[in-house]
Amino acid sequence: MEKAMVKKRPLKKFLVFGILSVTLYYLLITHQELVKEFCSKGKWYAFFPIITAFIFSFVHGNFTDAFWSVLGIEPKKKRKEVK
Amino acid sequence: MVEGVLNSSFIDINLLNALYLIFVGFVGGLVSGFIGSGGAFILTPSMMSLGVPGLVAVASNMCHKFPKALVGAIKRAKFGQVDLKLGLIMGASAEAGVMFGAHIQEYIKKTWGNAGSSLYVSLAFVVILSIVGTYVLWDALKSKKQGVPSGEFEKPDNKIIRFIHSIRIPGTMVYFSSIGKEISVLLTIPLGFATGMLAATIAVGGFIGVPSMIYVLGVPALKSSATELVIAFVMGAGGSFKYAWSGFVDVRLSMLILLGSLFGVQLGAIGTTYVKDYMIKIVMGTIMLIVLVSRGLMIPVYLHQLNVWFHLTPEVIKWLKILSFAINFTALLTGCFIVLGALIKGIREERAYLKKEAFYMAEERKF
Repeated sequence: MEKAMVKKRPLKKFLVFGILSVTLYYLLITHQELVKEFCSKGKWYAFFPIITAFIFSFVHGNFTDAFWSVLGIEPKKKRKEVK
Repeated sequence: MVEGVLNSSFIDINLLNALYLIFVGFVGGLVSGFIGSGGAFILTPSMMSLGVPGLVAVASNMCHKFPKALVGAIKRAKFGQVDLKLGLIMGASAEAGVMFGAHIQEYIKKTWGNAGSSLYVSLAFVVILSIVGTYVLWDALKSKKQGVPSGEFEKPDNKIIRFIHSIRIPGTMVYFSSIGKEISVLLTIPLGFATGMLAATIAVGGFIGVPSMIYVLGVPALKSSATELVIAFVMGAGGSFKYAWSGFVDVRLSMLILLGSLFGVQLGAIGTTYVKDYMIKIVMGTIMLIVLVSRGLMIPVYLHQLNVWFHLTPEVIKWLKILSFAINFTALLTGCFIVLGALIKGIREERAYLKKEAFYMAEERKF
């Protein structure tokens, strides 16, 4: 009975974005000097940190969202009665 | 870890520093998803305690925050907590505030260097945190006494709110769903500007944004903290670009913080659906006051570095840094425990409820 009420967990999303996220962070850590250089240049190089932030947020955001769902931690369902 | 490289803008990141940043990011994210004000009041000082200069800490923080604010805003919009119209309108004036605040920051850095920049950021923290933190905590305890059921939006009410709601300026009146009334757009401009200016100074605009929406405009706390995420996104994107243009954003710091932070922000946002409205204010106020002490302890150190007023021995400087770092860490843990505690309790109650419901449904089907 309880099983029927449990939502399907987004395992595929979790795996795909998980792998992508790890790859992105690996690249960032292994290319630190280049990243530092790009960031300190300023001017039009400003697009570098901004675009990087967007890509990481999208990928890692999807991963973490799926992460908590896979663990079964979901928001409280709306209803009138509290207890 | 406390000793940093104060004479260069970008620090070296080793494994220990990286792990610390990820952890700090997680707690910052957890708190920010929960109270909606970026959690940057934890992140900026934490980066500074690694030796990152104030300006770089603020800039890098902002750069991790705006895409995260977007993620948080979308999530909380699904819970019905976001007033998009109010967020976008206040976001526009906040953008102007960010530009103004960023100019001041860059001027200070150019004139007085890293120590001057750190002193300015710390002083802003101490002043803002002592005023807002005390008020928020006082108000939280007051609403706790009155008691509002969980999941319901408490309607704030005071003399200022009633006055603001009574002002009618023809041609500028807009209806906001979170307030449930029409108010003049002109009145939101100073609030937005101040939010933006503060965001450029300490990377936390929410300290003005959230309380001003609650106590001046009359937006319920849960909706204020959610709407603040829209403002944070709008002004954060502009502010980050401005700082990045001058080469102050260290994207390594931003992304390491983001790593932990996105785990936290999702969990924090889920947490808001389980707690009572005043709980958000209690968490906000408590952390604000602890961070205030941590930053306050560093002020003599920066004054000493600038050769004004204070002359401290290296031993005293070392201890002040350690103490400031330790207190900041306490703030992190306190925030983490309060939010996780509320979340675990809420989920347990929810599961017990669902179990009971499933049991009754099964019983009903039997008959």
